[in-house]
Amino acid sequence: MALDPLFGLHSAALAVQKQRMDVLAGNIANSDTPNFKARDIDFAATLRAQLGGGAQGNEALLKTQSTHLDAQSGADSLAGLVWRVPVQGSVDGNTVDTQIEQSRFADAALHYQASLNFIDGRVKGMLTAITGQ
Amino acid sequence: MSSFRIFDITGSALSAQSVRLNTVASNLANADSVAGDPSQVYRAHMPVFKAAAELGGENTPGVRVTDVVQSQAEPDKRYEPGHPLADADGYVYAPKVNVVEQMVDMISASRAYQSNVELMNTAKDLALRTLSLGR
Repeated sequence: MALDPLFGLHSAALAVQKQRMDVLAGNIANSDTPNFKARDIDFAATLRAQLGGGAQGNEALLKTQSTHLDAQSGADSLAGLVWRVPVQGSVDGNTVDTQIEQSRFADAALHYQASLNFIDGRVKGMLTAITGQ
Repeated sequence: MSSFRIFDITGSALSAQSVRLNTVASNLANADSVAGDPSQVYRAHMPVFKAAAELGGENTPGVRVTDVVQSQAEPDKRYEPGHPLADADGYVYAPKVNVVEQMVDMISASRAYQSNVELMNTAKDLALRTLSLGR
């Protein structure tokens, strides 16, 4: 996915924040599941991968023959999925700390809203330009 | 795969936690149901939680109750010869339900339920805002 001409990186950022909220919701849903290991998304790495650049992104493989396969990580793949380092381990092997997950979820939700506001502003600006009123 | 996967995930947690609340309620309700035969005594029920990958894709699993197991603890033996259910030796058998443990379990389950409801509310607000973009 290249940089969107109208919305910049906000459409990609929105998608990554949504994925991040899915992962965090999965953590909180499993806060009482034995041996569940909490995870999070490395936002910067995933966004870079979605925009198709950077070291962790889907760099093009050097092909010496036309039959070589592409090394594509699709836009859906979670390049930056990382494990959460537990602050305080629990007896049942679960590494979910509900407080941490909730604060990260609030953070992701806030950033999602911020991106939404930017997109909303662009849409409204465009509408004004189109209608000319 | 739904575009609102977060609702599947938190929904699975809500249903799992309510199963847990139900078992706690059942255990507390039967904490004093005595019987004259140790094999007839109520046994505490406990749900088994497991991360369920199919609910939200492999990367973001929801949760599922795979089983409800019964406690294998031996029932309490009480000497009450006047009890109508007492056996030939005058004993009745009471379930080994630890009321304090059950209450703690209940608090934990209700807190987990609450945080998942909050999550669902936030996700719903964000989804509504996304749907009303540009209005």
